[in-house]
This record gives sequence, C-alpha cells and structure tokens, in this order.
Amino acid sequence: MNEFLNRKNHILAFITVACIVILGRIFYIQIIDGYYKQVSDQNVLRYEIEYPARGLIFDRNNKLLVDNQTVYDIMVVPREIQNFDTTALAKLLEWTEYQVVSTVAEIKNKSKKTAVYQPTLFAKQVSARVYATLQEQWYKFPGFYIQPRNLRHYPYKLAGNLIGYTSEVNDNDIAADQFYVQGSYIGKIGIENSYEKSLRGKRGVTIKMRDVYNRTIESYNKGASDTVAVAGANFICSIDADLQQYGELLMQNKLGSIVAIEPSTGEILAMVSSPNFDPSIFTDVHRIKERGTVAIDPLKPMFNRAVMAQYPPGSIFKTVNALIGLQEGVAFENTRYACHSGYVYGRRKMACHIHPSPLNLVQSIQMSCNGYYCQVFRTIIDNPAYSSAEEGFQVWRKHAESFGLGSRLESDVPNELRSTLPTVDTYNNMYGTGRWKSLTILSLSIGQGELGITPLHMANLVSTIANRGIYYTPHLVKSIGGQQIDLRFLVPHKTSIAREHFEPVIEGMSRAVNGGAGGTATVARLPDIEVCGKTGTAQNPHGKDHSVFSGFAPRDKPQIAIAVYVENGGFGATWAAPIASLMIEKYLKKEVSRRWLEERIINGNLLPQNDTNQKQ
Amino acid sequence: MTQTRNNKFIARLDWTTILIWLALLCIGVVNIYAAVYNGEEKNIFDLSLRSGMQVMWIAMACLIALLILVINSHFYATFTPIFYIITIVLMLATLLFGRVVNGSKSWLTIGPMSIQSVEFMKLTTALMVARVMNAHNFDIQKWKYTFQVLLVILVAVGLSLWQHDTGSALVFCSFLLVFYRAGLPQWIVFSILFLLLLFVLSLLIEPHSVVIFLSVFAFILAVFTTGKPLGCLIMMIIAAVFTTGIYFGCPLFGYEISFYYALLIAHAAIIPIVIFRALWRRIQRLIVIVVLFVVSISVNYSVDYVFDNVLKEHQRHRINNLLGIESDLKGWGYNVHQSKIAIGSGGFAGKGYLEGTQTKFNFVPEQSTDFIFCTIGEEWGFVGALVVVALYFLLLWRIIAIAERQKNKFAKYYGYSIVSILVFHVAVNLGMTIGIMPVIGIPLPFISYGGSSLWAFTMMLFILLKLDVAKYE
Repeated sequence: MNEFLNRKNHILAFITVACIVILGRIFYIQIIDGYYKQVSDQNVLRYEIEYPARGLIFDRNNKLLVDNQTVYDIMVVPREIQNFDTTALAKLLEWTEYQVVSTVAEIKNKSKKTAVYQPTLFAKQVSARVYATLQEQWYKFPGFYIQPRNLRHYPYKLAGNLIGYTSEVNDNDIAADQFYVQGSYIGKIGIENSYEKSLRGKRGVTIKMRDVYNRTIESYNKGASDTVAVAGANFICSIDADLQQYGELLMQNKLGSIVAIEPSTGEILAMVSSPNFDPSIFTDVHRIKERGTVAIDPLKPMFNRAVMAQYPPGSIFKTVNALIGLQEGVAFENTRYACHSGYVYGRRKMACHIHPSPLNLVQSIQMSCNGYYCQVFRTIIDNPAYSSAEEGFQVWRKHAESFGLGSRLESDVPNELRSTLPTVDTYNNMYGTGRWKSLTILSLSIGQGELGITPLHMANLVSTIANRGIYYTPHLVKSIGGQQIDLRFLVPHKTSIAREHFEPVIEGMSRAVNGGAGGTATVARLPDIEVCGKTGTAQNPHGKDHSVFSGFAPRDKPQIAIAVYVENGGFGATWAAPIASLMIEKYLKKEVSRRWLEERIINGNLLPQNDTNQKQ
Repeated sequence: MTQTRNNKFIARLDWTTILIWLALLCIGVVNIYAAVYNGEEKNIFDLSLRSGMQVMWIAMACLIALLILVINSHFYATFTPIFYIITIVLMLATLLFGRVVNGSKSWLTIGPMSIQSVEFMKLTTALMVARVMNAHNFDIQKWKYTFQVLLVILVAVGLSLWQHDTGSALVFCSFLLVFYRAGLPQWIVFSILFLLLLFVLSLLIEPHSVVIFLSVFAFILAVFTTGKPLGCLIMMIIAAVFTTGIYFGCPLFGYEISFYYALLIAHAAIIPIVIFRALWRRIQRLIVIVVLFVVSISVNYSVDYVFDNVLKEHQRHRINNLLGIESDLKGWGYNVHQSKIAIGSGGFAGKGYLEGTQTKFNFVPEQSTDFIFCTIGEEWGFVGALVVVALYFLLLWRIIAIAERQKNKFAKYYGYSIVSILVFHVAVNLGMTIGIMPVIGIPLPFISYGGSSLWAFTMMLFILLKLDVAKYE
C-alpha cells in the first residue's frame, strides 16, 4: 500500500492547484475586471427621468400661442418580450399584423446583446384613445409600456420662423448637453431655440432599483440622489397674435417681410416672413412628408427674411441722409435744390420722377426727390471741414452706425444677420485708395449701392425716427417666468443726431402720407391717425423692383413703427405702403375699415410663378 | 467505565472536521436566507423560507450524524451491499414514479417529502467502491478487480444518465482519484487526461487541424522513443507529400476530396510501413504510438459525431458556451453571465449582507441551490470567497489525513471516495459560477439548499468519522 504514498501528495497538490485556479479566477472577475460591476448597475438601476413640461408661449395679450399636448409612445424592453397576441396588438394600433411582427423582429435584432434591457421605441405618438384601450389590455403584452411625451401644439398656426419648432435631438445635441437623451426634444429655430434653456425647465431623475422581472423594488440610496423636475418657464412674447396673423394674411402669395416695433420699448409687435410655414408639421409624426416639402421649397419658407435677408433699402434711406445732413450743418430745412428729372453729373444722370422743382427738405421727403439727396449726400461727403472724401465718408458712416446699421442689432431673434454698411476699405478695394469721391458712391444717397439692410433694421430705423433719435434693441421677449428681461433690451441707444433735426424729416414723412399733391404714400393715409411714412422702390438688378415702406403712427407718442418689404412689388406705394397702413390700422384701431384695399392686397399674387416652375 | 469510554470516544473524534462542517452549514443557512430575502421582514428561521427549512434539515442531519456515531462501526462495511442495492432500488423507483425537475427525473416523493435519490447513490457507491477495494489481494491493475469496481461505478453512472442527470453521472467519474491512490498506472491517468484534452480540442478546432496536431505529436514521440530522427522525418515528409498529392491529385481524376480525408488516406498509407519497420527492428513502443495515434483519430472523429448526434441540445449549448464557441447572453449563457456579474460586482469586501442587488432582485436563477456561491461572492466579496474555498481546502485536507491514517483499507478508500466526490462537487460548482466549467446542476456540498444533498454529504462525513474513531477499538 505504502508504495503509492507519494500519490497522496499528488492528490493534495491537485486539490491545491484547483483551489488556486478557482481563487485566481474569482480574484480576476471581482477585483481586476471592472466590467461586472458596471453591468451589475445596469442590471439593477433604472433611471426614471421625469421630463418637465416645456414652458408655454403667450402673445403680448396673453393669448396662448404654443402649448403642450401629451402623446403616448409605446416602448418595449426587448429582453422582456414574450410571445404575445400580435393580432390583438395590431388591431389596437390599427396596424397590420405583419407590421407588428416585423417591428418586433427588427427591435430584437438591433438590440442583440447590448441593449436588451434598454427600452426601445416601438410605436410613436399613439392617440389618447388607443392609449386608453391599451391600458386595459396591458397585461397581454409583457415587455411593452407607455412613455408619455409632451409635444408642442399650436392653437394659432402662425409665425413658424419666429416661434420656431421643437424636434427630437440628434447625436450632436446629446453629446453637447447632458440634459438630452435619445428622444428628448430641443428647440430648433426661433424663440424655441433662443430661449431653449428657460423653456425646457429642469428634468428630474429618480433612481430606482429593479428586479429581474423589471419590477421596481425600491429607490436607490433612499432617494438621496433623486432630483425633482422643474417645469419650463412660461414665455410671454411681444408679438401681437392678431396683428401677426393679419400680417401673414396680407403677405400671402408674396415674398417679403413685415416688421413692426413698439418704438417706446423696442418690442417686436409682428414679424412676418413670407412665405411662412406651419410649425406643427414638425411635431406631428403624420406630417413628416411636409417637412421635406418645406425644406426643399425654392421660395425658402424656413429662411427668416425679416432678419436674414439683406436688401437695398431704397428711398426710405433718404431720411437717414437728411438727418445726417442736418446734423452736419450742411443741409437745412429751407435749403432748396432744383431737380430736372434727375441729377446730372458728368455724362451721367441720377434719374428722378416728375415733381415740382425746386424743393425744400420737407418736400424732398414728401415727394422723394432723388436729385435733392444727391446734393445733400455730396455736401456731406465733400464737406470742406474734412480734408478728403474719405474723411467725409467716415463721418457719414459714423452717423449711420449710430442707427445700428453695419452690425447686428443683437436682438433675441436667432440667426439675425448684420446689415451691410460699406466701409472705406470697401471702396478702396473697389476703386483703389484715393481714387473715389462722393460722385463715385452717389448710389448711397438714395439707399442703393453697397447697402444691405434687413427688414428688422429698417423697422428699427423708422422706430428710431419715431422716437426722435433713440432706439431700444428690438426683442421678442416681454417676460419669461416672471423674471426681468435681459438688461440689453432696457438700455436706450442714442443716435448721433440731435433731437431737433428729426422734426423736419418727420414732417416730410407725414406729408408724404397726408400732404396731398406730390405725396408718395397717400395710399397709407388713415382718417383720424397721423401716419408718417416713407416709400421706397428699391432697384433690383435681378427683376422687378422691390416695394418698400417704412412708417410709424401716430406722429406724436408713436405706438407702432413698421417696415414692409415686398419683393418684386414695384413701387413702394403699390404694395408696401398699403400693407403697412392696414397693419397700423389693425393695430391701433383693432378693426380695418378699408375693405377694398384689404381685399386687393390679400388677393394680390406676386409669387414668381414661372420661376418656381422652372426651378422645380 | 462507560463514562471514560464516552470521554475517550469524544476525544478521539476529529473535531476539526466537525467544526469545518458546522461552519459550512452556517454559511449555507445565512446565504440561503440572503438568496431568498426580498426585503420582507421575515425571520431567517421562518419555515416558509428556504433558510428556515434548511435549519430544519440541519437539525435532522445532526440527529442522523449522532445516530451514525452511535451505531457499531462494523455495521457499515457489513451492510454496504445492502445499502447499495437499496439506493439502486430507490433510483429505479425514482425513474418510475419520480417527477421531472429541470429536465431530469431525479426527485422521488415519499410521503410529505421529496428526496433526490442520486445524492444517496453517491454515498452508497462510495461505500461499495471501498468495500470492493477492501477485498483481500485487491489490485487495481488486475482485470478481475478493475471490472468489479468499474461495474459498481457504471451502474451508478447508468442510472444517473437514465434519469437525464448528466451532472451526477460525471460525479461518479471522479472515483478515478481513488484508483490513482490505489495504484492505477500513471500512463492510464495521463491517457485519460490526454483524451479529455483531445475531446476539448476536437470541439474547438477543425478535424484536419487535430489530425495534423496528432501527427506532429506522434512524430515527436517517435523521435524520442526510437532515437532515429532521420527515419521519422522521412515518414513525416512522405505523409505530407502523400496528403498534398491526394488532395490536389484527386480533382484531376474528377474526385473532389476534403483535406481531412486526404490526410486520413495518407496516414492510412504510411501506417503499415511504420508497423512493418517497427516489427522488423523490434521497436515495441513505436507500435504503441501508432495504436495511440489511431485511437486518437477515432476519438476525434467520434467526438464530433457524439457531439452532434448523442448530446442533447442543452448540453451542446452549455459546452459551446463554456468553450466560447457561442455566447448567447439571453439564452444558454444567461445563468453563467448573471452569475459572473453577481460575483464580479462583489469586489474585495462585497456589497454587505443582504445588500447584494443581483441576489436580492433574483437575477441569478437557482440561487439558493446550485448558484448559492453567487450570493457569497456578491455580498461577501473576495474575502467571503476566500473563506469558503479555504474551508473546503481544509476539509479535504483533513479527510485525506484521516484516510491516510486508517489501517483498514475499507476506511481508507472510503475516505478517498469522499474526497473525490467533494473535490468534484466543489470544483465544478464553483467553476461553473465563475464560468470556467460547464453548467451541470450539482450542489455545493453543505452550503446549497436541499435536504437530500445535505443529509447524504453529512452521512458520508460522519461514517468516515465513525470509522476513524473505531480504528482504536
């Protein structure tokens, strides 16, 4: 027997090795490999995220513009799917059975291995009715559950560009901000975008522990790590919904923009960009096709012309030149210049229309004389007080800048573009240093040439005139969550023009509307409100001239300043002036009495029909 | 007089073993409570919980242990064949009247309780093996005796397989350890281990690679046994040339042939040459190598066959899962994956008693029985695992020490039989929870929930202790 005694040691050695292997393996998975710790948490912890309701948006008269509507997404945890009655589910959802089976198969396939515990979207936005039916029969479909979501709902279908829309976040959004998870919504353009942080609120997280059957058992860490959701702040915007809606009606079938501002505060009363789109197409899952149509529309409905389109302002810019001339002491209220259907310089001529001659400053605005402003502009640039045209131009530009031109106004409308105001460099590059003079840049005198001004800037310009030299940065916010709005909207900006110089210009603008013979904007006249305005007909090298109007009312204590720009509308008095006038009437009197004019505008169609067809 | 005898008896008992046994039982109850605990305020001794039931089984096990110690020691050796036959009858009764749990028919309901007859079969087989090896002149190398012990074991294996209880059937294979101690030639042990390796390799890699591996292995062995590297090399080269010739030649005659068969034909062609040379030069060992080679090839061939045609689907999946051939975390690999998560998330010191999230929320199936080690690993961490493994090691070491000090062969081999069964149970059970052994449903001795296994293991242990004390009489 004892000849095999060493085998006892072999056996002991074998047992020792087995113990060491087992302990080594345990040591490895418990201490070296961190994977299991992680998976263990994934197994057990369930982060229940409570999404706060997004803040509502009201207009200035507390009319509800945007609210939330609860829809129900059907989610599924792939691992928990058991055999269920596919026919019954198909019937409930009003799907075909094949759809149900193939969706389940697809989800199972996608989620293999990694995401079997992750809830996955099964059906989007089922109606409340389907939801109610489903709830009664829920037990039949293990693994499925309902995720309520708040979607935006728009009682008025207006101002898509202005209000903006929300849509599901993409991977970049998620990467940039932890707030978002797959399926969250984020404001994409407009107010929804620029006030995203206030509107979205604070989400709450409840960490629950769950068992293998996905039943929530208890809260993690006794709730110490949980947070409570805070609803988004309500946003009261400066828009007047009725005015906005009316503006959109007037601008239908036209390209262009209306911007109306309350001069005393800088609040934007209406901002129409035409064509427009209905923001609800971005929330309704059944209208996905329309999103595509809007995106590829050659008329670019999603391009907010009011802040993104730079136009030559045309004659409305004469008011600025008049003011600069007055301030610089080179033009006077009584200065008269003759105009013989234009201003002749060298072999060239700046043409003008037929009107009495000579005119003084007030009349020049009333009748919009090109020749007059050529003279004024030259006297500014070639002012003997300055040594060169360049220096004179610098002075002119400084004054123009004080109206906010040449840069962004820093309003709260997203994607606002700056207005282009040419610089010395612009002309040096074009003509060579010292090789240009007042005549070279004479187009500026009548608001043409290298000027590119957005409708928002035009409105701000006329608002500044209405305020006699002061403007407040235009903004859409009236109040948000009861908090004080950004200070930058409360600080008045003063122009470099003295207050007294505004009166003759305003007088001219008043006469243009109310002054009888020779007034360019008499169509804008209102019976008991003194409207002041200036038309413009901006030359358009690509087609028919643009119709422009800027004005405000009433003359004393103005309540509304407005700029209207109608692309390819021809004379300012044809489209822009009546539109502005109707808007002013709507705003100040709440009623429009001139049905004939309203009808003509609404029925007017200025869309480039052939053009559109060609492009398509 | 009686007093002194009793005192002596108590003093001679191996108390270290008994203490380890008690420690393991306590660890068992405590962790079974954790495994079934779900936050309700229920006492650990509550009889509606498995922990309470286990306490009851333990109380009865203590009675049984006492009874065993009181009975005359000759009783066991004498009545072993009867015990063996009784358990065979029990096993057969289970097959007839038992109920199916987890695919195997291994539970027999007698009156108010259910027993797993196979657990007792392990005990009586251990006794029976010891009894056979106790025979005068017993020599494991003699066919007569080999046949006798193999018969004892094969009956048990056969009955277990008949119950679809592969795990238990494999337990009986662990008696190899006893035979080794009794003097089984080492080459047989190594051959068995080699076949085991071959089995795993056959599952893991392509058959033709296995043939090449075996061929090279035979070549190396031949070089060492014959001492004629040149001749062996020539044989290798011939085999290689034949193979290539057949593989590329056959298609020319219109026969498509797989590389595997080309290899087989080439080797079949050179084997007669090798045998002829071996006979000519009288190198017996070369013939042994050739025979081994042929056997290995057949094993390789039949492993694939057995795997595909004999093993059941769940067994195939478990082996595939273990070998990493397939990994299905939702299906077959789920148990092991969850078990590894539970243990792995325990860390060094564990999550704390009753704080194991995987345990509490029932992520691991069978947690109070076969996967009880997950609870220990998760809630007590590496420290707990170390204590458990150390206790088992100490227990086995004690039993070996006890077995070695027996003059009686019956007691000695009986001791080693227990060692074999325990080693197999512990190694395979712990191994499967950490993913280095296939999942075969066998309990962790003394810790897993269940009356049958608890009683059977306790009886095994105390019969040995009784025999140990009795050696002084």
